[in-house]
Amino acid sequence: MTAVLPERPARPTGGRLIDQFEYGLDAPICLTWELTYACNLACVHCLSSSGRRDPRELSTAEAEAVIDELQRMQVFYVNVGGGEPTVRPDFWHLLDYAIGHDVGVKFSTNGVKLDKARAAQLARTDYVDVQISLDGATAEVNDRVRGAGSFATATKALENLAEAGMKDFKVSVVVTRENAGQLDEFKALTDSFGAQLRITRLRPSGRGADVWEQLHPTMAQQKDLYSWLLANGDNVLTGDSFFHLSAFGEALPGLNLCGAGRVVCLIDPVGDVYACPFAIHEDFLAGNVRSPGGFQQVWQQSELFADLRSPQTGGACTKCQHFDSCRGGCMAAKFFTGLPLDGPDPECVQGYGESALAARDTELVTPRSHLDHSHTGPVRGQPTLLGMPAIPPAKICDESPLAGLQLG
Amino acid sequence: MTSPAPVPAVTDPVVFDPELPWQRARSVALRPEPFGALVYHFGTRKLSFLKSKTLVRVVETLADHPTATAALLACEVPESQRASYVKALGDLARSQMIETRT
Repeated sequence: MTAVLPERPARPTGGRLIDQFEYGLDAPICLTWELTYACNLACVHCLSSSGRRDPRELSTAEAEAVIDELQRMQVFYVNVGGGEPTVRPDFWHLLDYAIGHDVGVKFSTNGVKLDKARAAQLARTDYVDVQISLDGATAEVNDRVRGAGSFATATKALENLAEAGMKDFKVSVVVTRENAGQLDEFKALTDSFGAQLRITRLRPSGRGADVWEQLHPTMAQQKDLYSWLLANGDNVLTGDSFFHLSAFGEALPGLNLCGAGRVVCLIDPVGDVYACPFAIHEDFLAGNVRSPGGFQQVWQQSELFADLRSPQTGGACTKCQHFDSCRGGCMAAKFFTGLPLDGPDPECVQGYGESALAARDTELVTPRSHLDHSHTGPVRGQPTLLGMPAIPPAKICDESPLAGLQLG
Repeated sequence: MTSPAPVPAVTDPVVFDPELPWQRARSVALRPEPFGALVYHFGTRKLSFLKSKTLVRVVETLADHPTATAALLACEVPESQRASYVKALGDLARSQMIETRT
C-alpha cells in the first residue's frame, strides 16, 4: 500500500524560515476568503470572474461556523474579498462576528457601500483593515479597466474614511501596463488621504486571462517597478506578490516564495478551498469547508496541499542561478498561461518566460477555470478597455420616442 | 512642570535586560507550528516566528521565572546557544511580543 505512494521529503529541523514554509504550516498565515461572487462592477481583470451571486454561497450560519473554526485554528486574520463583499446583506454582521472571535478582518472593496455612516462605524471598530481598490491614479486610467464612475466611488469612500478618522486604511492597486507609470501619483494620492499604498501583481486568473497579454507590465516597466520598490518598499505594501522581481538582483522585503497551499489559501463563496486566490481551477481545488472535518481537514489532510508542500527539486528553473531569489515565480501565472509549473514564470525577469511563452505549441489551449460568474448582460459603467460594449436599448423608445409607433 | 532631564541613550525601553522578569505580552498569542511557533500581536497586528521548540518553551515559561536568564537555564538552553537566545528575546522585546513584569 505505502509502496505506491510517492515519497515526500521530510521536513528539516532548524534552518531558514522560508525553507520551513515550503513544508507548510498547521494553519495558514494568510487566508483569503471571498464572501460572494456578486459584484456591482465588471472589472476586466477580475481574478475570480465575479459578477453574479452563486446560489450555493455559504449561509450566514455556515460562514459563522467557518469563523469559529478559524478561531480554533488560530488563524489570526483573514483577507476578505469577493466579488464585492459588502453587497452581502450579512457582511457587517460577519465582520463583527469575526472580530468578536479573535479573527481580524482585512477586507477589499470598491467602496460602493462606504458612505459616511459606514466609514464612521469602521473607524470605531478595532481590528479591521480596509482596502479600497483603485487601478489608476486618474479616473481616465482607472475607469477603463474598472468601469465608468468607479474612480469617483473609490475616492469618495477614501474621503469618507479619512473624514471619519479611520487609521491605516489602504489603497490597493493592481499594477498594469497602463498604470505602471503612475506609482508616484498613486503614492501622492494615497498620502493625501492619510492612507497606505498597497500594490500587487496582475495575474492571468479569471477574466485576467483575457486581458493579461494587453495589461501585464512590459519588461522595462518591471525593471522600473523593481527599482521603485527598492526605493519605496518600506512604506508600500505588496502582499509579497512581486517576489519574481527579486531575480533582478537584490531580494525584495517579505516572503520570496509561492505560498500556495503552504502558507496561503482561498475559501471561495461556496466554501471551496483552493491553493491560492489566483488559482480558482479544479486542478487546485483541495476540498470544501462543508465536508466532514471542515476547513481544518482540508488544510491539513488534502492530497493536493501535501503535494504542494515540498520544495521544487526538478525543472528548468532549479538550474538557474537566480532560483534561490525567485523560486520559479507564481504558480498561477504559469498555469493560466499554459506554462509548465516547474518552468519559468511568464514574467521571468531574466527573459526565460518570454521564450517559454514563444515556444508554446500554437495549438495550445490555455487552461480556463470551470467557474465564471461574470455578468451576462451589460453593466452600468462597463469598462471600455476592450472597446465600447454594444448595449441594445432597454426599451425601444430609448432610441426615439416615436420608434415602433404604428400610425394609422 | 520642571524641565525634563536629558535622557541618556542607555534607558532606551527596548533594550532587553535578561536579568529582569519578563513574560509573553498580554495581547500576544502563540500558535504551535512544526518548526516552533507563530507569534501574533493583536495590538500591533505584527506577526513573528519562533524558530525552535525550545524558544517556544522559553517564551511560554518566562512568566514562571524571576529573570529571563533563569528561564533559559530552566529550559536547558546550552551555554553555547545562550547568546543567540538572548538576541532572539531581544528582538521579541523590541517588537513588543514580550514585556517586563512588574
